[in-house]
Amino acid sequence: MSEFVYLYRGGSREGSPEQMQQVMQKWMAWFKELAEKGHIKDRGQPLERSGRLVKGKQKTVTDGPFAEAKDVVGGYTLVEARDLEHAVELSKGCPIFEREGAVEVRPVMKINM
Amino acid sequence: MEPSEHLFRRESGRMVAVLTRIFGVHNLALAEDVVQDAFCRALETWAFRGVPENPSAWLMTAAKNRALDVLRRERTARTFAPELTRQLESEWTLAPTVEEEFGPAAVRDDELRMMFSCCSPRLSEEAQVALILHILCGFSVDETASAFVSSHAAVEKRIVRSKKVLAGSKKLFDISGAEDFARRLPAVQRALYLLFNEGYHGASPEKAVRVELCQEALRLTSILSKNPLGATPSTYALAALMSLNAARLPARLDLSGNLTVLAEQDRSQFDQALAEEGLRLLERSATGPELSDYHVEAAIAWVHTSAQRTEDTDWAMIISLYDKLMAIRPSPIVALNRAIAIAQRDGPQRGLEEIHAIQDAERLAKYPFYHAALGELEIGTGHLEEAREHFGVALKLARNPMERSFFEHRIGACK
Repeated sequence: MSEFVYLYRGGSREGSPEQMQQVMQKWMAWFKELAEKGHIKDRGQPLERSGRLVKGKQKTVTDGPFAEAKDVVGGYTLVEARDLEHAVELSKGCPIFEREGAVEVRPVMKINM
Repeated sequence: MEPSEHLFRRESGRMVAVLTRIFGVHNLALAEDVVQDAFCRALETWAFRGVPENPSAWLMTAAKNRALDVLRRERTARTFAPELTRQLESEWTLAPTVEEEFGPAAVRDDELRMMFSCCSPRLSEEAQVALILHILCGFSVDETASAFVSSHAAVEKRIVRSKKVLAGSKKLFDISGAEDFARRLPAVQRALYLLFNEGYHGASPEKAVRVELCQEALRLTSILSKNPLGATPSTYALAALMSLNAARLPARLDLSGNLTVLAEQDRSQFDQALAEEGLRLLERSATGPELSDYHVEAAIAWVHTSAQRTEDTDWAMIISLYDKLMAIRPSPIVALNRAIAIAQRDGPQRGLEEIHAIQDAERLAKYPFYHAALGELEIGTGHLEEAREHFGVALKLARNPMERSFFEHRIGACK
């Protein structure tokens, strides 16, 4: 088994209260399913959409957002899967796709010594 | 743990009400933004960390913290509620004031204040009901449109316009003035009554939506009856009428309470607790000289609910109650229901005579159950050909698939 990070990008923040609740419940169901199958290493955290960017030799500080709204990372999860294909397959159940969002699947770097 | 059903929807109205109180009614849109933000935060953190122990309190706290941010950031650029301006200006009083405004009693008052503000005489009854559903019950434009069987465009236009009127009214309705309160109370009761009826008799094909409308109407009426000025005999009567009808909801065959459906109801499915609550409310409503149309309708609902079997129904009592209702609030619909009750007691021929004698019957021409009632009574008198024609008209007027299949079924019975 290898480790992968899911980075949740974008996703609509609109919707009626009822729709918002349904989306939340879908997320919970999805996490639950992944956890029951033993794929969750660390459920991760949601991230604020704003923050600061510190950059360059001058250490210039600028206010976020750092990307276009549709690309902003809103959270991450650490999962375990057989390989990249498997991790990608598992990500397809994420409710973010119904809300114009994306999941970036990144293998955690392995060092074979 | 799973959050309770419709939690967000229910909390939405409470949050918008309290935020509008703090920000001022002209900042209604800002209040709605803050509520949306609270839902986004809930969605994200609950998904990752699980639902908190007290989800309602969590949402309220999220809204409160966000409100404090907004107040601090924008107090020089914006004006907020005029009656709170001074307290919101100083950092010394800002947090305690906001804290107090988010207390449970204050929130309940805010919901009531919003209810009365939505029932402005500058808005039509339809607009008032739509606004209540949208702001206080958290229904989106689409959800409101589906509840009212209207087009999205029509409902959106109505809600946008009504919100403009509300936001332009400068101040929320003052619920502490007994005279103004009493003057606007009938409009509020009427709006809640219409909201309930939209669920009970409405044309929306989705059964779930209809039950929710009834529940919301009951919830808001109970807020009204907990206020000392709102707890009038007619408010209790309204609450009784809703409880007694809602108690029969589980047994209803999805259609309006016309005679066939009534006869086929499975009474073992009545919600007994709700029926008892209705009776208790009906008793509380009988404390003064006032006899409102809600009293009479609640009494009719009680006669229906208390009968063990349809054939045990005290039709004479129901007829006399409809006579009273015709005296207080005459309408072709009331006359039709009265005629149906007469048919139950005196036979279909008498019922037909009463229906043919209804004044303004042309106002019923588009109501499918008017034709269905005629059809039903014609079956009773053995005129199957006429019955089939009446059901045919009803079928053409049917407002949703359930009604259509019901009328088709009745046409099939005309053999």
